[in-house]
Amino acid sequence: MAILQNEIRRLATARSLIRLGLIVFAAYLSYGQTKNSCLDCHSALPDPLGITQAKFSQDIHAQKGLTCANCHGGDPTSDDPDKAMSRKAGWKGKIDRKQIPPLCGSCHSDPAYMRQFNPSLRTDQLAQYHTSVHGRRWVAGDAKVAVCTDCHSVHDLKAPSDPQSTVNPVNVANTCARCHADANYMKGYSIPTDQFAKYSTSVHREALAVRGDLSAPTCSTCHGNHGAAPPGVDKVQNVCSNCHVFQAQMYEKSSHKDAFQAAALPGCVVCHSNHGITHPTDAKLGTGPEAVCTQCHTPGDACDQARAELLTDLGRLDQAIKRTDQVLAVAESSGMEVSEARLAQSQARDSLTKARVTIHSFRKDLVDQDIEAGLNITAKNLRAGQKAMAERNYRRVGLGMSLVAIGVMLVGLHLYIKKIER
Amino acid sequence: MSCLRNARNWLDERLGWDDLIAPLREKTVPLHRLSYWYFLGGITLFLFVIQVLTGILLLLYYRPGANEAFESVQYIMTQVQFGWLIRSIHSWSANLMIFTAFAHMFSVLFLKAYRKPRELTWVTGMILLFLVMGFGFSGYLLPWNTLAFFATKVGTEITGQVPILGKPLMVFLRGGEEVTGATLTRFFGFHVAVLPGLATVFIVLHLLLVQRCGISVPPKLELEWSANPSARREMKFFPNFALRELMAWYVALGVLGALAAIFPWNLGIKADPFTPAPAGIKPEWYFLFMFQTLKLIPSKVWLIDGEVLGVLAFGLVALVWLLLPFFESDHPLRTKRWITALAVFALAYITGMSVYGHLAK
Amino acid sequence: MATNEWGINNPSKQQLAPVPRRRFVEVLLGTGFLATAAAFIYPVFRYLVPPKTSDLGSDAVVAGKVGELKPNSGKIFRFGSRPGLLIHTSDGAYRAMSATCTHLSCTVQYREDLREVWCACHNGKYNLDGRNISGPPPRPLEAFDVQVRGDEIFVRRRRES
Repeated sequence: MAILQNEIRRLATARSLIRLGLIVFAAYLSYGQTKNSCLDCHSALPDPLGITQAKFSQDIHAQKGLTCANCHGGDPTSDDPDKAMSRKAGWKGKIDRKQIPPLCGSCHSDPAYMRQFNPSLRTDQLAQYHTSVHGRRWVAGDAKVAVCTDCHSVHDLKAPSDPQSTVNPVNVANTCARCHADANYMKGYSIPTDQFAKYSTSVHREALAVRGDLSAPTCSTCHGNHGAAPPGVDKVQNVCSNCHVFQAQMYEKSSHKDAFQAAALPGCVVCHSNHGITHPTDAKLGTGPEAVCTQCHTPGDACDQARAELLTDLGRLDQAIKRTDQVLAVAESSGMEVSEARLAQSQARDSLTKARVTIHSFRKDLVDQDIEAGLNITAKNLRAGQKAMAERNYRRVGLGMSLVAIGVMLVGLHLYIKKIER
Repeated sequence: MSCLRNARNWLDERLGWDDLIAPLREKTVPLHRLSYWYFLGGITLFLFVIQVLTGILLLLYYRPGANEAFESVQYIMTQVQFGWLIRSIHSWSANLMIFTAFAHMFSVLFLKAYRKPRELTWVTGMILLFLVMGFGFSGYLLPWNTLAFFATKVGTEITGQVPILGKPLMVFLRGGEEVTGATLTRFFGFHVAVLPGLATVFIVLHLLLVQRCGISVPPKLELEWSANPSARREMKFFPNFALRELMAWYVALGVLGALAAIFPWNLGIKADPFTPAPAGIKPEWYFLFMFQTLKLIPSKVWLIDGEVLGVLAFGLVALVWLLLPFFESDHPLRTKRWITALAVFALAYITGMSVYGHLAK
Repeated sequence: MATNEWGINNPSKQQLAPVPRRRFVEVLLGTGFLATAAAFIYPVFRYLVPPKTSDLGSDAVVAGKVGELKPNSGKIFRFGSRPGLLIHTSDGAYRAMSATCTHLSCTVQYREDLREVWCACHNGKYNLDGRNISGPPPRPLEAFDVQVRGDEIFVRRRRES
């Protein structure tokens, strides 16, 4: 009997030890992971109560160790729904739209708190938001305006640098368009809803979405993101001038600046539009459908004549460059080496681009300087191309003479053969 | 021409010159409907001499090395007086020589000139054909432009497909695992030293063998002439045939000059190993038929990788081609029909595949 | 009896001189040979004479002469098939880099006022090492080595391994 009792005692000890071991092991595994019991039920629930583990794991807050309770309150460690979602534990339930900005701001505007996670993140988003059109309307009680989660998404929120984030530069326009391009949603507001459609035709959109040039502007570049508001009619050129420095400098000193300001016209937008900024062509200076000068100037007046002259000058340089390119192409296809002239042609093209930039000064004398410089360069290249063609002809003449010499030799040989075989 | 006679006497007194060249004085060339084909060998030799001369001239300015090769060729084409001419003649003559070498081989094949006792002439000739294609492959890389770089990459890659030997051979050719400046240096060495040395040896052998065995005559004609000896027509090599050959050489020179002046060889773009290969890379035309064949073989044939099968098949064909005379009948007037059929098929295949490869995307 | 080649007996006349035809062929042959030889030798001879401009390869280029550039100024020079920028800094050193902006390939320039390399197209800025410091450019400008030998300023591409 004693043997059996000892045996049982030994087995019991072993069992307890194993249990203890498993508990220690489980604790070791879950060390550092705050228990998040909410997902146990909510991952199986249908929308709008459902949120899968897969979705939530993409959320940057989850990756930093935060749980549902950090925003929604409650007790995430309890498996009992009543305890987990009890008001006593601080459970807020679904956050009302009106509560979202201060809720996010409770952490994101706290520099001491944010420093623990990413010291270089800004903490003024909420303050900026209050200056924005969205923020001001939100304060006034409008429930339709954008709050944090509308742009940043929620539960699968990603950092802006993530290409899949709704606020990554490549995706920003699509995010804004969710409301701003929806005519039904925007009913009751006095702003148009064609911005996204127009922007989609623009060179900026092409640079960003097609070429992947992240420096190209999107909605937030000109309007701001948290403090989103139109820049103001008299401030438009300040915004454009951040990248288009030369044009802005020219415009600043031009006659149009004061004229537009006096007429409360929005600077660059008058000729270039704000959202649908397409690649400007010389046709803007013309008299056709794309012409911009004729919007204000009467045909035949002094300014209109200047316009016509500018257009002619630009056309002259453009034609000269094309002509030289043609000659160089023929020379090259004949086997002549014209790479130096071809390189210099890019300088001529730079002059043409510069002339088009100088248009913004609206001074013919300045534009003519650039045109003349370009014409000189392209004339030099044309001479190089013509010299190459002359060399090519010289080669052909040389070839002809050699072939004649060979012909004489052949005739001579033929006759000689005939002679010795007579 | 008395100065020439004096020179001859001077040489004869010292070297027995007259006895040395006596066999040449008696050398004859059979005259018949197909005699014109006899020019091809001489033209190939002439083009080879042109290659050596223009090659030596190019050597005076060309610099091997990934950093300098392209620029030195550009320098030759643009700054050196008549550099464009020398370089373009070298490139055109290379292509023409490969063409005439193939034509010469096929004409020998169809005229049945490879039969006993000329088997060794055939073998040395085939080796020369392989050497000439090696010249083409190695020389093509030397300007170090994009097309050449990728063509070399593809070509050496295919070599690497040979089982067992392929990988070491590829590394040997490339001077490493990849095509780099080391490959260029190596190919330069092959092109200006190794291959010319080998080619000279085999050309001398080939010519000596031709002299020793004499010029052959197609079997049917041989039959006629042995039945009716008076019908045999021959032409003395010196000076009659030689003068006619000289005319052909002058024509070739004229054609080369015209091609070089009207269609100068282009430079291309400098090779950059880090940019991806442009679409539709193809080797030079004389490799097109092999390249196109490999493209058409399915990736797996039974259990064997398609490309390996293709490479092995070509290796086998080359071996058979090299040893073709030994398959031929011993009888001097009878020939095996299947060899003729094979020759016709080969010509049609090479021509057809080359055209196909050229037109294909 | 002297007979000429037409078989006509004419004792008074001497044997006629050789037929002009023979001379003609030889003259033709000689002329042809000399002409073709000249057509061959002339280009080869010209080829053998080294040209005036020396070939430095894409590796090195003479970008300018000492004294050509004032301190704190820059100039564009040709480097292979692309433009390069040579800068004479205010403390007397020379810097050289590619002049093709890494954003949209406009040609950059040296700004004396900013002491930086600037791209006029979209306000991109690079420092004197070529590193992109502001604006759209995504990558630095390729920097080159500068060597002053005598009164010539040599710019060389940095050696690739």
